[in-house]
Amino acid sequence: MDTSPDLLVRVTGRASLEAYARSSYRALRLVLAYAVLTGCALGMALPFLWLLSTSLKVEGTEFVFPPQWLPQPVRWQNYPDALHVVPYLAYARNTLVITVAATTGTLVTASLAAFGFARVRFPGRNLLFILLLSTLMLPDAVTLVPKYILFSRLHWINTYLPLTVPAWFGGGAFNVFLLRQFFMTVPYDLDEAARIDGAGNFRIYWSVLLPLSKPALSAVAIFSIQYNWNDFLNPLIYLNQQQYFTLALGLQFFQSEYGTQWTLMMAAAVMMILPMVVLFFAAQRFFIQGIQLTGLAGR
Amino acid sequence: MAQGTLVTTARRRRTWSATRWRDTRDGYLFILPWLLGFVIWTAGPMIASIAIAFTDWRIVTVPHFVGLANFAALFQDPRIRVSLFNTTFYVVFGVPTHLIFALAAALLLNQRRRGIAIYRTLFYLPYITPLVASSLLWLWIFNTNFGLANWLLSLFRLPAIYWLEDPRVVKISFIIMSWWTIGGQMVILLAGLQSIPEHLYDAASIDGANRWQRFWHVTFPLLTPSLFFNLTLALIGAFQVFVQAYVITGGGPEDASLFYVLYLYRVAFQNFDMGYASAIAWLLFVVVLIVTLTQFRFANRWVFYEAELKR
Repeated sequence: MDTSPDLLVRVTGRASLEAYARSSYRALRLVLAYAVLTGCALGMALPFLWLLSTSLKVEGTEFVFPPQWLPQPVRWQNYPDALHVVPYLAYARNTLVITVAATTGTLVTASLAAFGFARVRFPGRNLLFILLLSTLMLPDAVTLVPKYILFSRLHWINTYLPLTVPAWFGGGAFNVFLLRQFFMTVPYDLDEAARIDGAGNFRIYWSVLLPLSKPALSAVAIFSIQYNWNDFLNPLIYLNQQQYFTLALGLQFFQSEYGTQWTLMMAAAVMMILPMVVLFFAAQRFFIQGIQLTGLAGR
Repeated sequence: MAQGTLVTTARRRRTWSATRWRDTRDGYLFILPWLLGFVIWTAGPMIASIAIAFTDWRIVTVPHFVGLANFAALFQDPRIRVSLFNTTFYVVFGVPTHLIFALAAALLLNQRRRGIAIYRTLFYLPYITPLVASSLLWLWIFNTNFGLANWLLSLFRLPAIYWLEDPRVVKISFIIMSWWTIGGQMVILLAGLQSIPEHLYDAASIDGANRWQRFWHVTFPLLTPSLFFNLTLALIGAFQVFVQAYVITGGGPEDASLFYVLYLYRVAFQNFDMGYASAIAWLLFVVVLIVTLTQFRFANRWVFYEAELKR
């Protein structure tokens, strides 16, 4: 005889009512969860959507109230036009040069320092590491003036040196800290095995630790690319001839004494944001993993 | 036999100290770029800026020693008072709301659901937008006549607000703007949430804890280190708010959005009064130091470290 609960349910019909209630409750919760998620995400995306919408409007139609969400007609020409109103491509090239030079320096020197702090025993190490952590708490604004004086004495104003050379000296305390935390999680057995094979410290850094640290290195690379691509204050101080300007500085030139060209400015902004969005999409898996494993999350 | 042992011990001691010597040399070589950078771009400038604060240096002129005149001027300068007030307002109301929204977003996005990665990216998107670009966008959103903000108000039949022109409102507008950049903190909190072991929730459920109790007794305590880390960096960041004010209002109206670093920028790079600017910078350093130390002092009242339980 078949006495499975299934049959009992079919006979009595009671449990199936419960099951029905349970499944409809679950469906309700699912709908509710997605409704909340979508509502909040829409709120977060609203400014960006408006940016996109404005960037495709014909000049004049952006001043319609209430605002039109769908541009009518759509004007793609804003994008090529934005490239010519300001020397956009030159700004983009300048920004790229700075970003690549600074990010390379950050990756090289921050990982070297992180390896020293994580893997090599030397007197004074803990004290120096505490010093490094304390610089995290130091507002950058404090060193703004003496750094400017130093760079102007070196005749580095209107060059990219003030924006790139410091990155080759440690690459920022935050990045050293992040990589050091990551290196701490790599098992020591690997070092020992390499040491038995006669590898020195540098060899272990290069052929053991670095290949294993791709998630953390990509997190640092993304932080550094973003920082340099978006930085405003430092280019503002050190670059004051238009031919050296970065995108962040150049964007302002859509505002003039004759008024602001909103549609073109928004098109230029979209073009400045786009590379960062693509980068984040491409690397987000590494990125979140990198943060997770470094103990930044507090454990 | 005895001699043999002695030789081995001696050799072992020698090789041990050779390793140690080599490690010391290598260690310092590894950190050398950072150490040089620290001396040249952090420690050196900090010491230099104390010295500069005692002079009337204006880049093109020869500096003269002026004693404490720059520090005395700090207390006479009404703009110092205004900008300190504006910045404090921004910190006191901006940082906590920002952190609460970041936590709420992290909790919301810490679900295992189909397509959650897309939602996470949408929440993160405004954070990777360059501050200049988003500032220009907000200038447009807060436009009195054609802006999105007043359009939303009009949907609820509320009167238009002068977001950027009203001195009473402008600081609040800047705080509202900052709510769209919770992405960075959200990611760190999300990583923290995901590293809370599942079995703790199971254990709490078996003990009969409901959702709310599980949040207060499991999630929140284990997340406090991440919250503390975020709070520390957010405070330091908020004290230095600059780009938004520079681009959007230039400090106006009536200095109502003149934040501290914006004023520092004006004194240093528009008036080129480097002596006074250094004094201004040092006041900021002291204020931030006091706030950070206070925050660290109270940390043990609310931050929970697992390691402490094991002791």
